[in-house]
Amino acid sequence: MPLLSVEDLRVSFHTRNGIVRAVDGVSFTVERGQTVGIVGESGSGKSVTCYSLLGLIPKPPGRIEGGRAIFDGTDLLQLSDPQLNTVRGRRIGMIFQDPMTSLNPYLRISAQLVEPLILHEGLSRAAALDRAIAEMAAVGIPRPADRIHAYPHEFSGGMRQRVMIAMALITRPEILIADEPTTALDVTIQRQVLDLIKARQAELGTAVIFITHDLAVVSEVCDQVNVMYAGRFVERAPVNELFTSPLHAYTRALQASIPALQTKGEDLYTISGRPPDLSRPIPGCAFAPRCETETRDQCLTDRRPELVEKSPNHWVQDCPGCLGPLRGNPQS
Amino acid sequence: MPSHLEIEHLSKHFPLRSGLFGGHGGEVRAVDDVSLTVERGEILGLVGESGCGKSTLSRLVMQLIPPTAGTIRIAGDTLTGLPAGEVRRRRRDFQMIFQDPYASLNPRLTIYSTLAEALRTRHPRLSGSSLIDSVAALMDRVGLDPGFMRKYPHEFSGGQRQRIAIARALAPEPQLILADEPVSALDVSIQSQILNLLRQLRRDLGLTMIFISHDLAVVRYIADRIAVMQAGKIVEIGEADRVFHEPTADYTRTLLAAIPRIASR
Repeated sequence: MPLLSVEDLRVSFHTRNGIVRAVDGVSFTVERGQTVGIVGESGSGKSVTCYSLLGLIPKPPGRIEGGRAIFDGTDLLQLSDPQLNTVRGRRIGMIFQDPMTSLNPYLRISAQLVEPLILHEGLSRAAALDRAIAEMAAVGIPRPADRIHAYPHEFSGGMRQRVMIAMALITRPEILIADEPTTALDVTIQRQVLDLIKARQAELGTAVIFITHDLAVVSEVCDQVNVMYAGRFVERAPVNELFTSPLHAYTRALQASIPALQTKGEDLYTISGRPPDLSRPIPGCAFAPRCETETRDQCLTDRRPELVEKSPNHWVQDCPGCLGPLRGNPQS
Repeated sequence: MPSHLEIEHLSKHFPLRSGLFGGHGGEVRAVDDVSLTVERGEILGLVGESGCGKSTLSRLVMQLIPPTAGTIRIAGDTLTGLPAGEVRRRRRDFQMIFQDPYASLNPRLTIYSTLAEALRTRHPRLSGSSLIDSVAALMDRVGLDPGFMRKYPHEFSGGQRQRIAIARALAPEPQLILADEPVSALDVSIQSQILNLLRQLRRDLGLTMIFISHDLAVVRYIADRIAVMQAGKIVEIGEADRVFHEPTADYTRTLLAAIPRIASR
């Protein structure tokens, strides 16, 4: 049985401009110790997917329209706020892109690190402080016994992200949700933070849900990758397979448009148009208006393409239009 | 013939203040004895991590701040030490593109007003229908529909806004474009459109460009040569593929080892 099983999650935002279907029928599972990636562009719904699992979307305007998220036998979507508090920050931890917005600037690191231990595990302040110092050491912060009494602004960006990781893992959660944890960091610091997440995960056996827009980061840290577009998953595959044999037109177009994979001097592939307006219902294939395969006119328009398992563990939206060869693109 | 842009022994030191009344606090050498040249029509990639001095270097080249020492020459003319009025006149010749187009466009001006103003810095007498034609031609060049010239920046997507920012930079017919992280804030699919556009503009207009980025993969793709900056100094400069595949400086190796790669290809 998977650790977390999300089925047909639907989340919308009721705004003045209509109902925005941010997450539109998303299903995935997370196994113990596994790293599952959710990759997509801004506005594709990857963060909302994870935030709604923990009751972190503002309601209103947000509303969970349907679906289940079974974690250890209970449906997270049905829990009350007090019940969620026993899960959030304890059994499911979270780290965000910008540590400065999630650390309280007025409180010393020590106060913020011991809080979950006192709250969730009922430790005494002294015992909690010892654990916090050990956790700071485990994420590679030098002189942790002194540094723990500093304020967040006294740390550099990379060190702050280490503190965030320490805080998220201090209660030994079963799942860590990492939302673009390295996007704001320099490349050498990003390397250290990615390595740190992987090392702590291996030591503690934590499962990780890794949200990012960066395909290269995905390819390094994830076991299984979900590609998200317009609130839906268009493809899911083991990481190597996703890069060696991508099936969906969107996945292939994305890979053809990143400079890292292209020969110098050749034009990059571009995806024409813009993502669809999610406040209008999309009955068929959401990628159809931007799809540039030879079979694009076969994109489903009347019904949504189902995710089907084309080969073991490799799922793709079964849209005949999006599975054809890309036009004018040597990569396909 | 001299190089298009020549920077010689350029330094910028900022005093460090210690205590309430300044005192003697030493200095930060944000740019420390940098020399480099950029040829006409060349794209020079400038990479380095935050705080390495690449933004200070670009502000020096743009004549936004005076250097502590050193000279900058564009097309053989020395810019450093020119009087303020002359610097303003020469500024048309070098234009900047920033990371966040929304922050760099005036939200209260239509695209027409923004571009018309920029065009008239070079051609002050342009007006009426010829001005509209020039704005339309400019929008066309960067892949924007001229039919949208009466719209405001907020009505455009991020990628389109960056196109507007590029059009505005091109309007005064500059000789040198300094692009500071021009695609860092954009999604992957939009990023490729802007990179293609910049390469096409270089082909069509023979633009000289300094392309500043923290993303080595992007710089390797677009730049002819790469300069790697660390702690105010250029630690390595060379042909892009050579720097990328056979770096000589330790710091370049560290940077390259850090970038996440798509392994399976």
